[in-house]
Amino acid sequence: MNKIKDSDIKHLGVLARIGIDEAIAKELAPQLMDILDYVSRLQSIDTSGVEITSQVTGLVGIWREDEVKPSLISREELLSNTLETEGGYIKVRKVL
Amino acid sequence: MSESKSEYLDLPIPELVAKVRNQEVTAEFLVNQSLELIKANQDYHAILDVNQSALDQAKAIDKAIADGETLGVLSGVPFIAKDNFLTKNTKTTAASKMLDNFQAPYQASAIDKLEAAGAIMVAKANLDEFAHGSSTENSAYGPTKNPHDSSKVPGGSSGGSAAAVALNITPFALGTDTGGSIRLPASFCGVVGYKPTYGLVSRYGVIAMASSTDVIGPITRSVSDSAYVLDVLAGQDVNDSTTIKRQDSYLINQDGNKKRDLKGIKFGIIKEHLEMIEDKDVLANIKAAIDKLKAAGADIKEVSLSNSEASLPVYYILAPAEISSNLARYDGVKYGFSSKQAKDLLDTYLLSRGSGFGSESIRRILTGTYVLSSGYQDAYYKQAQKVRSLIVKEYEDIFADVDFLIGPTAATTAFDLGAKPDPISMYKSDYMTIAANLAGIPAISIPSGNVGNLPVGLQLQGPQGQDKQLLDVAHVIGELI
Repeated sequence: MNKIKDSDIKHLGVLARIGIDEAIAKELAPQLMDILDYVSRLQSIDTSGVEITSQVTGLVGIWREDEVKPSLISREELLSNTLETEGGYIKVRKVL
Repeated sequence: MSESKSEYLDLPIPELVAKVRNQEVTAEFLVNQSLELIKANQDYHAILDVNQSALDQAKAIDKAIADGETLGVLSGVPFIAKDNFLTKNTKTTAASKMLDNFQAPYQASAIDKLEAAGAIMVAKANLDEFAHGSSTENSAYGPTKNPHDSSKVPGGSSGGSAAAVALNITPFALGTDTGGSIRLPASFCGVVGYKPTYGLVSRYGVIAMASSTDVIGPITRSVSDSAYVLDVLAGQDVNDSTTIKRQDSYLINQDGNKKRDLKGIKFGIIKEHLEMIEDKDVLANIKAAIDKLKAAGADIKEVSLSNSEASLPVYYILAPAEISSNLARYDGVKYGFSSKQAKDLLDTYLLSRGSGFGSESIRRILTGTYVLSSGYQDAYYKQAQKVRSLIVKEYEDIFADVDFLIGPTAATTAFDLGAKPDPISMYKSDYMTIAANLAGIPAISIPSGNVGNLPVGLQLQGPQGQDKQLLDVAHVIGELI
């Protein structure tokens, strides 16, 4: 049984960079606990000696030639959805 | 279901294209018809945005045809794309407030390929926010309603796409399928939904959800139309390193009057799936379909996917983990919703993501963060990856014994809007579809008649890379049942 408290939800929110207030944390805690309980049933399956699967294509080492190609998207287009820009750069709020 | 009659949009796609090419009907006329049908069917809320350039694109195609140019295999065919494909001429929202006003600076390869073949995208379809859901109720812009009964869900997450095709607004629509998101809505809306082998269609320019299972596929009225559209979409793309080699052709051989039978073809029925059917009328429907296969000479046996029950928990660990990583890009800085109240950078992240994402997306990101956090990674994430290996192996063993799998797409017909408020009961809607995504194999849902006024879906699954074979057999079965 995974015990998930409201404070755990707020901590996960900080890790995931999602601001979560008290009311939402209260709502999410039992839901997340249910989800984790549900998926925990996998722990009873014997997987000793089993390798992990992270992808199913069987493709490895897909590279392209290391050639410089012109960008098909202009700087202006790429920045067109940004809230604040200055001199062709993205402006962010202070870090420290 | 409201009648959306159009003497042209009802035609099989190759016939429609032939009529455009020989100037019996113009692309402009077809696009106008689709746009009118979008207006007439607004109550179903299948559409989020209309392409204002669609008529100009149609006129350009008509002019080229009049000038005697040879045009592509989808000349003049209107289509709709799920709103998680980046498109130049409309907004791309993923049905999230996070991307409320997002204008993509480039376009998805799938859209480029269809346009190069002469198809015209008329609109973007509703979905569960970021494709997180099984009913299209998680859209930040409100749910889509089922065309067969507006008190029911259309299924999800490609619910808008499936509803649009069921309403005959366009002959085909694009969807994405990460755990069943093409097949479930196809089943609930009574249309064909095709999930190709993982990697067969480039995902460049499609908003990523769970990268190890996301695929793109067509939703159509017939199997042969799905094959026709897949033939345009399939193939390697330098912009998507996960794409695989295609087969020569996916087109269904329309061999005239020659009736094909199913003699010698071996089908397996996953017994765990039959046991999970909740609605006895759905069970009777599926059994009747299987009896028709038997009568046509098919060799049918029961098989066991013993890890079937594990596939949902595996998915609901791996998908949230991948989601938490993929959705990290929505940072309130580069694009998307940005909180104006934020005082510093950390605030920008917390406030923008806290109010930009809807509740299901937040649940999945937090679940993903939990299963990937130190101390829990081995017990959850790695264990799920190992059980995934067992599921892949079990499918390989099954396909050494039978050619295809046949069974239900879903345990029920379309359920009521609001019927599944708790997350886990919603997750369980994907019980029969999700294992195919984990194994990367192709699967299709085809209509199998109705229970009451609601459609039932029959699911077929085939070995990895054998999309052509699966479509061929699904076509025969589609004609049979």
